Amino acid sequence: MALQVLLFLLFGAGAIGTALAVISRRNPVASALWMVAYFLTLAGIYLTLQAQFIAVIQVLIYAGAIMVLMVFVIMLLNLGNPEQLRERFNPRVVLATALGALLVLQLLVYFVSRPTGFRQLSPEAARLGTTEAIGSVLFTDYLFPFEAVSLLLLSAVVGAVILAKRKLEG
Amino acid sequence: MHWTQQLPLEAYLLLSATLFTIGVVGVLVRRNAIIILMSIEIMLNAVNVALVAFSAYLGTIEGQLLVFFVMAVAAAEAAVGLAIVLALFRTQQTVYVDEINLMKW
Repeated sequence: MALQVLLFLLFGAGAIGTALAVISRRNPVASALWMVAYFLTLAGIYLTLQAQFIAVIQVLIYAGAIMVLMVFVIMLLNLGNPEQLRERFNPRVVLATALGALLVLQLLVYFVSRPTGFRQLSPEAARLGTTEAIGSVLFTDYLFPFEAVSLLLLSAVVGAVILAKRKLEG
Repeated sequence: MHWTQQLPLEAYLLLSATLFTIGVVGVLVRRNAIIILMSIEIMLNAVNVALVAFSAYLGTIEGQLLVFFVMAVAAAEAAVGLAIVLALFRTQQTVYVDEINLMKW
């Protein structure tokens, strides 16, 4: 079995398992830690696709920055005794899981019956995943979206500060 | 060629669809607003898998650029979303979405 296939099966099973753990843990801190594992397995998936730059910023931004923010807020909220965090059983759990399984099944049938015809990685893939290739396109053809995103991040920071502030005046 | 030697694009698309569905189920069944935000992150990351797979199989770089922008938007979304959860907890003393029903008709 080829290495790409072996790693895909390993990280793919890991991603599905950790994602299921995230949505099924009772304690939000446990969910957050499984979420970190989920982001790390996805970085592995990106590496099987030769996307080195994306794999690295996945670990830096998601597993590093965003999850620290999440854990920080969970600690700040002080939700109390984990024993009391028990969620009441709800029939919608069964319904949502059944509908989700049905959706995945439909997509499986669709993909098997109508193949896209792309059977292997493009020979260009290894060159495309580097920081150099992404940077040179990002700062030329996609400079305007890049600046727009920086503006979005600035407004998000200002919005987050205003929302989290106790009183607006003073 | 057999799939154990060379993965077709569909393998990645199916993984992406499965992860996205897990995220949707998480949003539908959980009551804790923070875990709902995490499920949204699961969905955003599932889409990123599909984008990177298309980029690598088609030999075009646009998919990976879009992933870069999705990550920036996800960071902004997480910051604002968590600030909203914090503000909600301060006024309502709860993060369970079914107890926050002020605007429910």
